Amino acid sequence: MRKVAVIGAGMTLFRRRLMETPKELCFEATRMALDSAGIELKDVDAVISGSAPDGFDGVHMKGEYYSDGCGAYGKPYMRVFVGGGTGVFSAISGWYHIASGLADIALVVNEEKMSSCQPHPQSVFAHIWDPILDRPLKPNLIWIFAMEMNRYMTVHKIKKEDIALVAVKNKRNAVDHPCAQLADPNITVDDVLNSEVLAWPVQRLDISPPSDGAAALVMASEDAVKRLHVETPVWMKGVGWCIDSTMWTDRDLYFPEYVARAAKMAYKMAKIDNPRKQIDFAEPYDPFDYKELHHMEGLLLAKKGEAPIMTREGVTQRDGDLPTCPSGGLLGVGNPIAATMGVKIGELYWQLSGQAGKRQIPHEIKTGVTNAWGDLMQYGAVAVMGV
Amino acid sequence: MGQTPQKWPGIELSNDDLLNKKVTQTRYHPRAKFSWSAGEAMSRFLNELKEGRLIGRECKHCNKILFPPRMFCEQCFKPTSKWVYIKDTGTIQTYSISYLDKDAKRITNPIYVGVVSIDGASEKMGIMHYFGEVTKDTIHIGMKVKAKWKPPLERTGSILDIEYFRPLKEGEQ
Amino acid sequence: MKVGIIGIGIAGFRTTTPELSWKELTYEAAAKAYQDAGVDPRKDVKAFVTCAEDYWEGFGIFDEFTPDQIGGALRPVCTVCGDGIHGLATGFMQIQTGLVDVVAVEAHSKISDLLTYEGVVQHALDPIWNKPLRGHPFYVAGLEMNAFLRASGNTEKHCAAVVEKNRNNALRNGIAAYGANVDLNDILTSEKAFDPLKKLEISGLADGAVVLVLASDVAAKKLKRKPVWIKGVGWANDSPSLETREWERAKYAELAAQMAYRIAKVKNPAREIDFAEVDDRFSYKELQHLESLGLAKKGQAGKMTANGDTALDGKFPVNASGGSLGCGDVVEASGLHRVAEVALQLRGDAGKRQLDGVKVGIAQSWRGIPTTSGAVAIMGVNQ
Repeated sequence: MRKVAVIGAGMTLFRRRLMETPKELCFEATRMALDSAGIELKDVDAVISGSAPDGFDGVHMKGEYYSDGCGAYGKPYMRVFVGGGTGVFSAISGWYHIASGLADIALVVNEEKMSSCQPHPQSVFAHIWDPILDRPLKPNLIWIFAMEMNRYMTVHKIKKEDIALVAVKNKRNAVDHPCAQLADPNITVDDVLNSEVLAWPVQRLDISPPSDGAAALVMASEDAVKRLHVETPVWMKGVGWCIDSTMWTDRDLYFPEYVARAAKMAYKMAKIDNPRKQIDFAEPYDPFDYKELHHMEGLLLAKKGEAPIMTREGVTQRDGDLPTCPSGGLLGVGNPIAATMGVKIGELYWQLSGQAGKRQIPHEIKTGVTNAWGDLMQYGAVAVMGV
Repeated sequence: MGQTPQKWPGIELSNDDLLNKKVTQTRYHPRAKFSWSAGEAMSRFLNELKEGRLIGRECKHCNKILFPPRMFCEQCFKPTSKWVYIKDTGTIQTYSISYLDKDAKRITNPIYVGVVSIDGASEKMGIMHYFGEVTKDTIHIGMKVKAKWKPPLERTGSILDIEYFRPLKEGEQ
Repeated sequence: MKVGIIGIGIAGFRTTTPELSWKELTYEAAAKAYQDAGVDPRKDVKAFVTCAEDYWEGFGIFDEFTPDQIGGALRPVCTVCGDGIHGLATGFMQIQTGLVDVVAVEAHSKISDLLTYEGVVQHALDPIWNKPLRGHPFYVAGLEMNAFLRASGNTEKHCAAVVEKNRNNALRNGIAAYGANVDLNDILTSEKAFDPLKKLEISGLADGAVVLVLASDVAAKKLKRKPVWIKGVGWANDSPSLETREWERAKYAELAAQMAYRIAKVKNPAREIDFAEVDDRFSYKELQHLESLGLAKKGQAGKMTANGDTALDGKFPVNASGGSLGCGDVVEASGLHRVAEVALQLRGDAGKRQLDGVKVGIAQSWRGIPTTSGAVAIMGVNQ
């Protein structure tokens, strides 16, 4: 199997509202990624884009509309969209473009401009539901996550205090991220527990904010890595993806089996048989604080119900034994759905290539894992990266 | 040779910039209207709701009663075999108490909503719906509930023909 | 590694399918494809690809609704926002990595569920420059037809000949929604729609679903199937802006074809390829695409059509299936349907429209107004 590396990355600020158009956001992130890899557009064989609902940016087939911002003009170009899973899946698409031999150097550009949607980005989520079974109930997206969180808490008897620790850790980690939207060096568990109840058990500070932003990667084959004399390539060691049935009311929400399946697929490719020992740090998808815990268990980094204990014991702090969301995650940096690639795949790249600056994990790291999650609590996209 | 990024692009706007038109904006309302064919399974399901009944489909290969009903089983990928009436009682699998409406607007009277697995269908098979006649102190996972139907003349063949699920009373079926 | 098509499933291709949900329609195509391939999707198929766009379906995140009807629940499935040939290319790449050996690719249209087709197409235009102009967005096709005819020397009569050929071909295709024995005069005298484009030169919409099963050479052997080989795939975009794109030629098709020819090692496409299924959503598009693919010389595609060279019994049959003009525009499924048609021809399973002795065929797609996105697949009976 051809080896594939990430050799450059870029991302814009994540903010509630940015002035740039979708095309301009794509351009900014793409330009940064090219500069960080030290290449030009002419060196790129294929362009992949990831973006979530067209309803946010307000353009049908938005991948076509902003394609020139991604540098896709005159190139093979394809957009992938697997809901919130897109933040990692588009990098998997970049991987198979190169691993297949069809491309040597690929650009992966993810974009989301949620603020274009009025009155609120949540209005788009009114259209994600089954039109017969769910939509007549006028659901808010947060409902189903509240239901999943409740089920997870109840089955394992987890306290809200332990879940709030994740929000505190990530929002504090985000202080060191130059693009962060909701970093807070002084946040406490009490702040989270006393924040507004939105849909119990979900409170305001349990959630990542809607954001505008873009992120981009340059990926390359082993040949291209040699040819370009890349000093710090970060290799895609394993990839996996999995979707569960649409019938989300027919399964037990306490455990994300689809994430576990995707993780096993990625670990098999990466030849990892004991993830807790062989993986040095993780960037699990954390749009809600409980999701980091849920995903640590799905990624087999913690036994079922034990991720909160590891968190309480400090294992997941940046200087802990298994640093988790050292970037500050979606909770601290922001959640422009697909563009969160910048704090997931992007963070793995910056950490493993020693470019994470103030966020750099203080001890030696060789292997990291990340996942993105989406749809109706049914999509898992997993990537293992290493030096 | 490449370089670690030093500058992070993006120009932040405030809500005020938009409201007071300090930045140039265009507005557009897409014309996008849909009328989905319900299909075989959902058409029957909706017609049965009008009659005050819940119906599932049996998958004889998996030996399961699937609910909501479907014409094919996603587990074995074979056509399902027959219609089976199930009960209108069930168990709360999970729930939320929402202070948000669908556009994230705040509401004072919270909505009780969750997943009910329905008696007579296979384990865990259920639907999302509202709960009524409960308080935040009485509602709990594992609670037995029963559908509160709208009066027959007000039913339209919609999931809303059930107003909500309420606690099952003692001795009730 | 070689990759081939071992299963074909087609369902629908009617103007409306009110009795079925899009899931049930797609299930029918998937069940047929798996039967044809002799595979159990729950065991043998290792990854699944769906081609879809939110606004065609009426959903915020259509990916949620993709797995069950293709046998993909709890399996690796992904959605590509592209035409079916983009999906085919995705499956092709996934197999080429060596990670998976059997992939199902699905594309469908349930466009009859969409009540405001024109409004949704308009919603694809640039929000600042083009949307405020209003008007039916097919004016873009009128602009392009005008520029193409002037630059190439092809004529309105040549375009009408495309419609005559394709809708008559469709009469031999059992699934086609728009087969008709129209003649040149019917077309040339039909109502002007987006001058010079006339009403009968625009493909009608249809519902339909197509599922193909792809396999590596090793997997195909294990499954005891004789595949139609995918010899090359290519895809490309031109500028998305109306203001900066190429109007006279289909640059996206040229670039996509160059890529596919490179992979398939095709040096002289007009000589090495026996027949084609190209996008013909609008009459002139067939001519423009034939020239862009190098299957006709610049300015000669119209004459070839008028001479009968692209007819069923011609030297180089084009759209023997009836094309989109004859079968119906099935939106993102259009390209995958044409790949299926090429594969049926190469297997000798094309029934009344079977071409004699064909060994290599090409399928090409375009994502429609207002895109400049296209893809190409080259298939053959020999490895």
